[in-house]
Amino acid sequence: MQFDQILQYTLSGLSTGAIYALIGIGFSIIYNATGIINFAQGEFVMLGGLLTLSCLELLQLPLWAAIPCSVAVATVVGVLFERLAIRPLRQPTPINLVIITIGGSILIRGLAMLVWGKDTHAIPPFSGDDPIAIGGATILPQHLWILAITLIIIVVNKIYFYHTISGKAMRACSYNRRAAGLVGIDVKRMVLFSFIISSAMGAIAGIIVAPLTMTAYDVGVMLGLKGFCAAIIGGMSSGISTVVGGLILGVLESLGAGLISSGYKDAIAFIILLLLLFIRPQGLFGKADSERV
Amino acid sequence: MKKVSLLLGSICLTLMFAAVSFASGTIKIGGLFSVTGPASFLGEPEKKTLEMLVKETNEKGGINGQKLEAVIYDTGGDATKAVQLATKLIKDDKVSIIIGPSTTGESMAVIPVVEKEKIPLISCAAGIKITDPVKHWVFKTPANDHVAAEKILNYMATKKQKNIALLTVTDGFGASGREQIKVLAKQKGFTIVADEVYGPKDTDMTAQLTKIRGIKPDAIICWGTNPGPAVVTKNVKQLGIKTPLYMSHGVASKKYIELAGADSAEGVMLPAGKLAIYDALPRNDVQSKLLKGYDQGYKKAFGTEASTFGGYAYDAFLLATGAIKKSGSTPDQIRNGIEQTSKLVSISGVFSMSPKDHNGLDLSAFEMVKVEKGDWVMIK
Repeated sequence: MQFDQILQYTLSGLSTGAIYALIGIGFSIIYNATGIINFAQGEFVMLGGLLTLSCLELLQLPLWAAIPCSVAVATVVGVLFERLAIRPLRQPTPINLVIITIGGSILIRGLAMLVWGKDTHAIPPFSGDDPIAIGGATILPQHLWILAITLIIIVVNKIYFYHTISGKAMRACSYNRRAAGLVGIDVKRMVLFSFIISSAMGAIAGIIVAPLTMTAYDVGVMLGLKGFCAAIIGGMSSGISTVVGGLILGVLESLGAGLISSGYKDAIAFIILLLLLFIRPQGLFGKADSERV
Repeated sequence: MKKVSLLLGSICLTLMFAAVSFASGTIKIGGLFSVTGPASFLGEPEKKTLEMLVKETNEKGGINGQKLEAVIYDTGGDATKAVQLATKLIKDDKVSIIIGPSTTGESMAVIPVVEKEKIPLISCAAGIKITDPVKHWVFKTPANDHVAAEKILNYMATKKQKNIALLTVTDGFGASGREQIKVLAKQKGFTIVADEVYGPKDTDMTAQLTKIRGIKPDAIICWGTNPGPAVVTKNVKQLGIKTPLYMSHGVASKKYIELAGADSAEGVMLPAGKLAIYDALPRNDVQSKLLKGYDQGYKKAFGTEASTFGGYAYDAFLLATGAIKKSGSTPDQIRNGIEQTSKLVSISGVFSMSPKDHNGLDLSAFEMVKVEKGDWVMIK
């Protein structure tokens, strides 16, 4: 086995892993604020990509303007989703909420299919597609964008959750909703905030990966599932451990496909997920019953 | 004298009316397409094509003075539903022939029904087992996958490329292609040096391709439908692999070049049905005029490009109406007429049926093409 091959597997794995991580963080933010797994998270990834496509092609916007536009629209969808589907619920038990998010995801996907059709669409890369050689391996400029944006988002998240009032309030909700309400934190508002943040992040993830993976009404399903895996490995934390979880998943997939068999690529990812859920449900890095966030 | 002529006249008139009313009985054509559901990309253009053709034919006065009537049902890609609807078409609607279903699974489920009820069926699905072994009442229009595979291997033989790396998608289409290529490669003396797969929704195939790059094959054959092959094409460019890359007929459309990017797709070769490349065909090609007419007519009626899949329904319609013109409109006559079809110029190719061959297409159904500057060019 040659060194440059291993290097290529690792690099490919890291760049796909960063995508999973970004989506995974979206899952954990909502989980931490509301205690629910938002299975519609993948659909915001899809919306980000497809809305950018519409901004570029129908409105003829330049890329730098199309990105904030589509993030804004996707965020509005996220707000509507929270307002119309999550908030009116009389008995917000976890199982009800989970089923509602699944229903919501099917609805959003169906609408997207009607609006954009069933075809796959391509989005131009941000800065060319001439491969960059690192050792004997190559990556694309777009991979650097993904890694850089993931990094920025983690830093911004950290600052928000630890150094702003609303970030601290959201953490308070995740520890104990009731107590947070008693000290005057508007819990419902925090839930809405968490939906805003995670739908915006999902949309950003969808936009930066679209030039590589292309986009269609149904890309959210698989990417959402992989992001969910990353979040589970990271113990549903909205910080660095979900990112590490995503990277581990990406690298294992890539090494598995390269060294063992490409037929088992997805199986490897899901076996890891199942093992973790059996053995360490608190995540790879979490202590049992440790604080989340 | 006057009375006699009047009588004769009225008899003539009555006879004429009778003849007209006899001939004006409509011929019912049944359609079973998966217009919705996972295979809707097949069923939708098939349904539209059939409706368009029936309308056109009726505007021109029908066949032998008889109008056509299409009774089309949506199976949703469900084999059980397909069987129920086939029975309904035969028992309630009393159709003389059925076109469809769109997928291999549904077709296999419907075959016992039409065999029992003795109604001809022209399937629009590609699976080889539909017409192999031959069933008395069953025909199909898409060329077998192995015809496309053979086309690639024949071309590779002329280039002396012996060691093949396979990269196939893990769905029905990819699995069938993988099987066929392996069998043919063995027969023709090729060696499969790598046999990799990817999932239909995978977004990065660099791992598989890095492995293939290490093995150094003479050529890579990728078998799948969009978007996977477009991702593969981009990854090949990213990894700087210079090995010739072959694709299947599953991506023979401009969409593939658009998705992969003209730059990355440059030099990719594949066997294409002629509809995708009709403007690149030589002028004297027998199909060229028909293909152009179909594409333009479809664009005018529905605003989108005609697809190879809609072409399967077009073929079925031509086979059916050709048989009706020649032999008559009872199910038995239609079946015999289809079986006697020879050199029928249509969308997927030139059909010549026989009691031993109920598909009727050969290697000429495909042309090897290459991407050059973002467009298909025929390989001479």
